[in-house]
Amino acid sequence: MNMITLSALDLGLAATLVLVVALISWRMHLGNTSQILLAAVRTTLQLLLIGLVLKALFAATSPIWIALMSLVMLLAAGREVMSRQKRRFSGSWGYSLGTSSMFISSFGITVLALLLVVEPQPWYQPRYAIPLLGMLLGNTMNGIALALDNLTHNAWERRSAIEGRLTLGMTWSEAITDLRRDSIRVGMIPIINAMAIAGLVSLPGMMTGQILAGSPPVEAVKYQILIMFLIAAGTGFGTISAVLMGCRRLFDERERLRLDRLR
Amino acid sequence: MSLISLIDVHSLASGLFPGSRQHLTLDLAGPGCLGLTGPSGSGKTLLLRAIADLDPSGGTVKIDGQDRTSFTGHAWRRRVGYLPAESSWWSDRVGDHFITDNVYGLGQLGFTDDVLDWSVTRLSSGERQRLALSRLLSCAPDVLLLDEPTASLDPARTANVEELIADYGQARQAPVIWVSHDAAQLKQVAQRTILLNGSGHARELS
Repeated sequence: MNMITLSALDLGLAATLVLVVALISWRMHLGNTSQILLAAVRTTLQLLLIGLVLKALFAATSPIWIALMSLVMLLAAGREVMSRQKRRFSGSWGYSLGTSSMFISSFGITVLALLLVVEPQPWYQPRYAIPLLGMLLGNTMNGIALALDNLTHNAWERRSAIEGRLTLGMTWSEAITDLRRDSIRVGMIPIINAMAIAGLVSLPGMMTGQILAGSPPVEAVKYQILIMFLIAAGTGFGTISAVLMGCRRLFDERERLRLDRLR
Repeated sequence: MSLISLIDVHSLASGLFPGSRQHLTLDLAGPGCLGLTGPSGSGKTLLLRAIADLDPSGGTVKIDGQDRTSFTGHAWRRRVGYLPAESSWWSDRVGDHFITDNVYGLGQLGFTDDVLDWSVTRLSSGERQRLALSRLLSCAPDVLLLDEPTASLDPARTANVEELIADYGQARQAPVIWVSHDAAQLKQVAQRTILLNGSGHARELS
């Protein structure tokens, strides 16, 4: 391991570049100057904070703290999924739909990968568990948010087509078949694209990080392939379960389209 | 085969018009046509949607003495055919919207069978309206709920549609509820006509 540590001055240099962009944005009246600065400050604070948290977590290897950390990550991802939807389900459904789907897929796949593939000792060792879970949550979150947004938005836009099918005596499931398919497909697009271009156009961040930290490239690549597969599986399962539950929720027990359940 | 359908709409209106004291009761022993008229916003469409169980509503609706809750939603709507004022089309090809093997009344509505291969985008509003009716009748519902079924048709086509609906009602012994702004038309097609006013008040026109 021959890692070059970064000094505060190194980071400051990079920060100056962001400041220059912010300055240009201000001069050009782009209207996002404060957003750029706020986001930069947020990224600094959040990452420093998580660095400290991880440091403490790695030192302790306590299952309770790891579970707590995972829970916080899950709830934050659930909130993000909810806030990315223009017309989300009202009430507790808006939050629990995405969150439960992410729980099933991300937690399930992470535990599976730790127990059967990576096999650290103990299996919940935070150096493996937390980054793995983070990557899975982050990616399934994208897929689920896109899929649910597509589902709820289009159910609203195409209500007359859905009801048209209901009036002909189709079941609720038949009436929403194409929308269900579209939404699942939309949720899977990012990970399919990421797998297709990995290594050609972009070097995935995790692999780059490992190489920068001094890992042999081929080892880093093997980990990246594993991660890609896990993310693909997690996004697939998560998206499918979220869309299936969402479709069911759009109809009531009399198979009526209930757009009043959206806000 | 003749099938006698009876449909009671009792106090559906209580859910539709909050504050209304009157309960609307309709009894329809088929075949026959009940006209429904009234100003815009008086709840004609809402009433049809409630009978077809597309919106949550109070009251009871029965067909042949069986309450609608004893059917699943789709089975109920298969029997109670609702034709919305504005038809919706979800595939490119007209024929893909006919979900049963038999196709009803295309010839009588002035189409040949190759209309099924047409693209929906080339249909005029009148063609859409007539094809939506044929699409619905092809599903062989036992009751018809028609919302302005001739609104965008010229007089000749209107006569075609009126005749087709009357034939269908006779052949299937199916009662019809016909919503229209046009009192003269209702006088012609319906045996009874009910006028809804905006506040959920209904009275029969003589």
